[in-house]
Amino acid sequence: MDIRSMHFVERVRERLDDDELQRNLKRTRGRNAASRAAAVAAFSDFDAVRQRATEIRRSVLRDLDVWLERFEAKATERGATVLWARDGEHACELIADIAKRHGVRTVVKSKSMVSEEAGLNAALEAAGVRPVETDLGEYILQINDNEPPSHIIMPVIHKSKEQVSELFARVHGTPPKTDIEALTHEARAVLRPEFLAADMGLSGGNFLIAETGSVAIVTNEGNGRLCTTLPRVHVALTGIEKVIPTLEDLSTLLRILPRSATGQALTNYVSMLTGPKHAGDPDGPDHMYFVLVDGGRADLLGSEFEDMLRCIRCGACMNHCPVYQTVGGHAYGWVYPGPMGSVLTPLYQGLEKAKDLPHAATLCNQCGVVCPVSIPLPELMRRLREKQVERGLRPWSERLALRAWAWVAGRPKLYALASRIGVRYLRWLADGRDRIQVMGLAPGWTAQRDFPAPAAKTFRELHAERQRAKSRGGAR
Amino acid sequence: MRPSIAFAAIRLLESAGYTVVVPDSQTCCGQPGYNSGDSEAARALARKLIAEFESFPHVVAPSGSCAGTVKVHYADLFADEPAWRARAEALAAKTFELTQFLTDVAGVSTVSGTFSGSVTYHDCCSGLRELGVKAQPRALLDSMPGVRRIEMRDCEECCGFGGLFSVKYPDISGAIVQRKCESIRGSGAYAVALGDLGCMMNIEGRLRRSGDELTEVIHIAELLAGPDGEGG
Repeated sequence: MDIRSMHFVERVRERLDDDELQRNLKRTRGRNAASRAAAVAAFSDFDAVRQRATEIRRSVLRDLDVWLERFEAKATERGATVLWARDGEHACELIADIAKRHGVRTVVKSKSMVSEEAGLNAALEAAGVRPVETDLGEYILQINDNEPPSHIIMPVIHKSKEQVSELFARVHGTPPKTDIEALTHEARAVLRPEFLAADMGLSGGNFLIAETGSVAIVTNEGNGRLCTTLPRVHVALTGIEKVIPTLEDLSTLLRILPRSATGQALTNYVSMLTGPKHAGDPDGPDHMYFVLVDGGRADLLGSEFEDMLRCIRCGACMNHCPVYQTVGGHAYGWVYPGPMGSVLTPLYQGLEKAKDLPHAATLCNQCGVVCPVSIPLPELMRRLREKQVERGLRPWSERLALRAWAWVAGRPKLYALASRIGVRYLRWLADGRDRIQVMGLAPGWTAQRDFPAPAAKTFRELHAERQRAKSRGGAR
Repeated sequence: MRPSIAFAAIRLLESAGYTVVVPDSQTCCGQPGYNSGDSEAARALARKLIAEFESFPHVVAPSGSCAGTVKVHYADLFADEPAWRARAEALAAKTFELTQFLTDVAGVSTVSGTFSGSVTYHDCCSGLRELGVKAQPRALLDSMPGVRRIEMRDCEECCGFGGLFSVKYPDISGAIVQRKCESIRGSGAYAVALGDLGCMMNIEGRLRRSGDELTEVIHIAELLAGPDGEGG
């Protein structure tokens, strides 16, 4: 997917001015956070499982190469083919080759964010293969002129049912419906023949299990199961970091992923897929492939950003992020929005293309607190800010201001003088009132709120006066 | 900005039986540099603050984010300097946010404040999520006979200040603080109390800009300590 994160500020402005989006954001705001909170409260082991999940993900990353080799050996033993992709583009080439080899004309897709990274749909179309999104949200976006998702697990959370209704009526040529169940049935009626006719099913992968060579897929709609079992060919596309050692580890992670994501104790479907159909199996694909993408992941191993690779894509960070909840996912400009996206986008796409993202956070750490695998997201954003300073990627005015501030703050007498001058300047601006309404130094601030006028003297001045008075009193 | 807050903190600590010293040379803990990615600047100020404060048995800040910087982040700044790291860790162990110190260390259970009316408490992010300040200010508020405490909706949600965030992305920050103000007003409380000056300026500024001249925004130190006999 093309990156537009360099236009973050403009995109934010558009989103804030978009009344319909703001209404939709308001409607869903806090809903997922409340579901998660209820699920966590009802689960006495949550903290212990969170710690265990963190440790599983941390330890697998320490020896990622070993676990990937083990996974490859097991998956191959079970008859699947494991392919390694350097990046998204390479993944698209590999999948187009598979399609060509098996004479594929239509691909049914269940949800895969890695396929968004890779821009797979466009690549398939260019290769003469028709991709059909079958996750309801992704389907809605695909028929809306390939709109990108705005959330990693609820791709269409930015739309109202009225918008979907209008879209379905227009694209399907059916009478408009506002009942969600009726809309779902309509999509189902369109998609069912696609499942039956498709030559290839493409899925993502929530986890790869090294000891069995399986991929685990966690869904609520059942489309994932159809995509992976009906067509002749199944391709599981995911990132290399998704491997975990054992089924026991999977059971731990499955206790925390849906609770963190949707507040469910368990999703409607958890599918485990191991190799193609074997002799005697009633169903399953004839061929199974894994396309495992690096795409910048291996570079993070052993780096100060390795923690980010623990991510299990639950979306809790964005569900709890005050910034995401205000501007929505599209403002972030690439595949991954919210706090995890503000870390991943600069790391995968280059810091210079996403300069705003690590700064577009209040560092409130709500994301870090809810992360099921304890990723210190605010700290990672702060480290990306450090990298920007080191590489001279911040505007000169900001760098100069920080330097000047640090220089003055290192000199107590000068700092006291600057504070005294600052206070008097602000009081002059306030002009006898208790607030400042327009401030040249921070026009953005005063566009949104008043700046309270400071007291007449600084604490240091008053404190010094009181100390003097006290010592005089003491001498008497 | 608000010297009365620091004086209120001093009164609270003195009433608890402590002698309060304000080192003459202290300036800033370095948080703006740290959060902006200028660790060099932050490190220089951290060294300065450590040297100024490490000889005292306790270090108390009437601000969750300043206390959090010292307590949680200083040690990380000296990852490659073991000697400084040890000093940073030693200082962190004895650094506290004001209400945390009063309740957890000093064992204070009554305060001199005479505030009368309904109060809702906004949990500032650093105090809450870095230091675990949650029960302490509420316990102290509940000890005041005149205070009726009301919880606002989403009291733990960020006010949108975020230091330089509010200057770099004022529109987003403004939309977030607007929601916070709606929660505060929705609580019906006469005043909102909080423990961080940044959040305070942000919330007060937005309340006033949006035409609310009534809701009082008051730092927890001033609310707990009551009026200053010496003025100022």
